[in-house]
Amino acid sequence: MKKFLPPLIPLVVIALTAEVTVRSGAVPSYLVPAPSAVLRALLDSRDELAAAMAKTSAAALIGFALSTLTGVAIAVLLSSSRAIQRAFYPYAVFFQTVPIIAIAPLLVIWFGYGMKTVIASAFIVSIFPVIANTLTGLLSTDPALRDLFRLYGASPGVTLVKLRFPAALPQILTGLRVASGLAVIGAIVGEFIGGQGLGSVVDVARTQQRVDKVYAAVLLASALGLALFGLINLISALTLRRWHASEATIE
Amino acid sequence: MTKTTGTNTARGVALRLEGVRRVFENSLAVIEGMDLAIDAGEFLAVLGPSGCGKSTLLRMIARLSAPDGGRIVTEPEHSQVAFVFQDAHLLPWRTVLANTVLPLELMGLGREERRTKARAVLDQVGLAEAEARYPAQLSGGMRMRVSLARALVTEPRLLLLDEPFAALDEITRFNLEVQLRDLWQRRGMTVIFVTHSISEAAFLANRAVVLARRGGKIRLDRHIGLPPERSNDLRSDPRLGQEMKLLMGAMEEE
Repeated sequence: MKKFLPPLIPLVVIALTAEVTVRSGAVPSYLVPAPSAVLRALLDSRDELAAAMAKTSAAALIGFALSTLTGVAIAVLLSSSRAIQRAFYPYAVFFQTVPIIAIAPLLVIWFGYGMKTVIASAFIVSIFPVIANTLTGLLSTDPALRDLFRLYGASPGVTLVKLRFPAALPQILTGLRVASGLAVIGAIVGEFIGGQGLGSVVDVARTQQRVDKVYAAVLLASALGLALFGLINLISALTLRRWHASEATIE
Repeated sequence: MTKTTGTNTARGVALRLEGVRRVFENSLAVIEGMDLAIDAGEFLAVLGPSGCGKSTLLRMIARLSAPDGGRIVTEPEHSQVAFVFQDAHLLPWRTVLANTVLPLELMGLGREERRTKARAVLDQVGLAEAEARYPAQLSGGMRMRVSLARALVTEPRLLLLDEPFAALDEITRFNLEVQLRDLWQRRGMTVIFVTHSISEAAFLANRAVVLARRGGKIRLDRHIGLPPERSNDLRSDPRLGQEMKLLMGAMEEE
């Protein structure tokens, strides 16, 4: 309880302030709905929102999983030689700089309306932090330990599995934390164009002036991002707690 | 820990450096034409100021880098070499036991065999009780003993140490020096110990070479005239002081 109380206090204070401010008429409800109205929209549209949430969750999770697997694989390849890194890393940066909202219509042309476009959008937006952080981790292996592995005749594959990858794990998990939030953003942006999910709910509710429903959908999207972030934190705690300062539980 | 006397030289490696040269990228010759013969089972200390090429020499002997000229001959040719670095350099995600078995794991030994060997060597360095602990749960001295155990688990014929105790407090260092000397006497391997410390070199080694600041020239090559049994009592012995004085003289000529 001690852990959850500090972030709950500002949430309650902000919600109460918003409720009082909107009800007093200081802020018009078509700009900011009262928290009670958002809660009502959540309850009234629960079936629609639950179905949309399920679709967004699936697309964000699949996009995130793909960016994790592909990002780590690309980073391993880039780390294998300086020449490969110099030749291909600038193209990996493309994923960081690409304006997803501009290329989303292209994704619809390539993949059609629906799930595939949304997954592709989540993937494109979330892959760069995985590549960048994994690469940094793989290139930061202690040179003395690399020497030790050479001394005992370890192959590059064995060195990768037993030394470079575990040593890079804290940085990889940092990349995954950033990527998890971006995957949800990418999925929502993809849904604006590709239809379905919470992105589509937001788009439709906006045209109907249903600001309370827009807020309800945004709230659910944020909850999804937080849940993914929490999942990575849990994995991080389980894998690093015995040896890395960031998760240390040792005395 | 039981003490043994005398040195078993049967397991050690003999080395011969002939005109060894190593040049860095800035064209500066760190080692220029070094000749040095090391007997099997010898405990050699290599002393010298920072940047004189001590670590470079050790890396070439370990075949982690190749000389740019000359050659290094070992007898027997293919012998197990172990290296202990300045810091312990353990894998933090592995327990003490898992760190100790690592070299045997990389060499492809079976799980049970490598665990048996690792437990035996952990017992020798006094860490049998700590095998399930992680490096972050150990003191600096304990970490260095794990590093030593990891090096010894392969039963090396040549043990190379690059200022292994430099970062430790004096009491821990003194005790580890006695322990290392004892392990050397029991195992009969050849030991090359690089250090900045004159007292450490005089206390540990049977022979010490002092390198010049530039080019890896040998300023002094001296047999240390101290008894084979070296406990902490020897540290106040005037004979140790005399050996240190001679080594310091060669260092100061720089």
